[in-house]
Amino acid sequence: MTIAFEHDAIRAQFPTLAQQLEDQPLCYLDTAATSQKPQSVIDAMNHYYQLDNANVHRAAHQLSARATLNYEKVREQVQGFINSARLDEVIFTHGTTESINIVAYGISQQVNANDIILVDSAAHHANIVPWQQLAKKTGAIIKPIPLNDELSIDHAAFDELLKLSPKLVAFSHVTNALGTVNDVEILVQKAKSAGAITLVDGAQAIAHFDIDVQAIDCDFYVFSGHKMYGPTGVGILYGRFDQLDQLAPMLTGGEMIKTVSFAGTEFGDLPNKLEAGTPAISAVIGLGAAISFINALPKEQVRQHEQSLLTYLQQQLIQLGDIRLYGANKHNCGVVAFNVSSEHHQDVGILLDQQGIAVRCGHHCAMPLMQQLAIKGCCRASIGIYNNKQDIDQFITALRNVKELLL
Amino acid sequence: MSQNITSQSETLQPDNSYFSPLSEKISDAVTTIEQAKNWQDKYRQIMLIGKVLAPLAEAYKVETAQVKGCESQAWLYHHQIESQHFFCADSDSRIVKGLIAILLNATHGKTTTEIANFDLDHYFQQLGLSGQLSPSRTNGLTALANAIKQFAAA
Repeated sequence: MTIAFEHDAIRAQFPTLAQQLEDQPLCYLDTAATSQKPQSVIDAMNHYYQLDNANVHRAAHQLSARATLNYEKVREQVQGFINSARLDEVIFTHGTTESINIVAYGISQQVNANDIILVDSAAHHANIVPWQQLAKKTGAIIKPIPLNDELSIDHAAFDELLKLSPKLVAFSHVTNALGTVNDVEILVQKAKSAGAITLVDGAQAIAHFDIDVQAIDCDFYVFSGHKMYGPTGVGILYGRFDQLDQLAPMLTGGEMIKTVSFAGTEFGDLPNKLEAGTPAISAVIGLGAAISFINALPKEQVRQHEQSLLTYLQQQLIQLGDIRLYGANKHNCGVVAFNVSSEHHQDVGILLDQQGIAVRCGHHCAMPLMQQLAIKGCCRASIGIYNNKQDIDQFITALRNVKELLL
Repeated sequence: MSQNITSQSETLQPDNSYFSPLSEKISDAVTTIEQAKNWQDKYRQIMLIGKVLAPLAEAYKVETAQVKGCESQAWLYHHQIESQHFFCADSDSRIVKGLIAILLNATHGKTTTEIANFDLDHYFQQLGLSGQLSPSRTNGLTALANAIKQFAAA
């Protein structure tokens, strides 16, 4: 069931956006850091705590049975949302960072000294540092994948690197710092032809695109709930069954076992094997509500709305003048990265904050990319389903005031 | 996060001219911040105060003098004459440099006891700048104040 595209009605579902900051309406342009949550997500989590609170997969009482049923329903929702072939290919984690760490840790027995691991130069630290740790442990070698002029992965350079027969290739679907979109299906296909295991970081893509992991054909796809209108504390690790089943569990203990004795322990089957300990049950319930929220939106109209808003934002910044844009092009997704002339991004951020504008200013946990751009950092405005033209206009007016103060 | 003070002993120390008493312009300007009519005036004033601090020569902008825990880069040096403590500092952010100058206005030339008793929160609250003291990792003011206190207590 889809609703007609009434943007004001969609925005009205997000209670945080109704507040004033510094005597101005809050202008939230930091969705790439974390999205706001609709009332339905907040209600679902409250409902769980008020009526269904019990641990899952453990007790033999009604409450636990209900909690378990609702928790496992969300796994089915996620399966449908990303179109994975099997239900046990969907693992609940605490977020994208943990998902990548589970893979990087779990695969270490399959990695030998001098194996090559290719990593996206524009990646978020969460998709760099775990591979570095793996390389430290195994003697594998990390090679960054160069970027082209548009700051997405350079296919020619990638083809060259694939001749080294890498063990694993990790890259972003959409980069968090610049919003550049990588051609994931082609990149995965090339990597697979070279015999590499593939991991795609979908944290910045999941709220904006339809994700079909079977069409992408990657071995692993990871994302977080909190960037797709869901709560913090829950993420997803999707893995192709045979790859996922080979991972050594990073966390061991409760509920991931078949049998435990002091003579030895046998691990359970997927997904339990990779879900040790009590999960973030309320966050999983909230994620289910977030998926329902997204599924009820008219996808095509939402995409057009976000794209036209981003184009408008890029145009307004160019018109404002004295603005340096980074990696801005018409294919970008959700994000504009910029600096005001040669001013420090922190000064710009502090002055925008004085005017009720929420943007991110910093290195965006993508220091190698910042080094490549020869900047210390930048400001990043990012949009979500709830943003409208007034937000952009308020932001541009505020930025004009910042320019007056600084330049 | 505060800097490792022991490492500073190997760092090239700026000459004494850097540690001379602060210009009176700073304390005058700090009082005008309290009276600023709007955020523009307040931040314009903060940036002007920052300009009063002598810029550190590039040679002194080294990692061992850096105060970590700030989105911008900030460097801090300490010089002691008996129980009096003098500081010089710089930042690549104009607002942070202004905030440092405001911080030095309350600590530069003060005694060990005075610095130990210095209440950062109260001081910035008086100036209507408590918003700049968020525990967020991007704001280095608390880290700078801690570094000043550590130097003075060492």
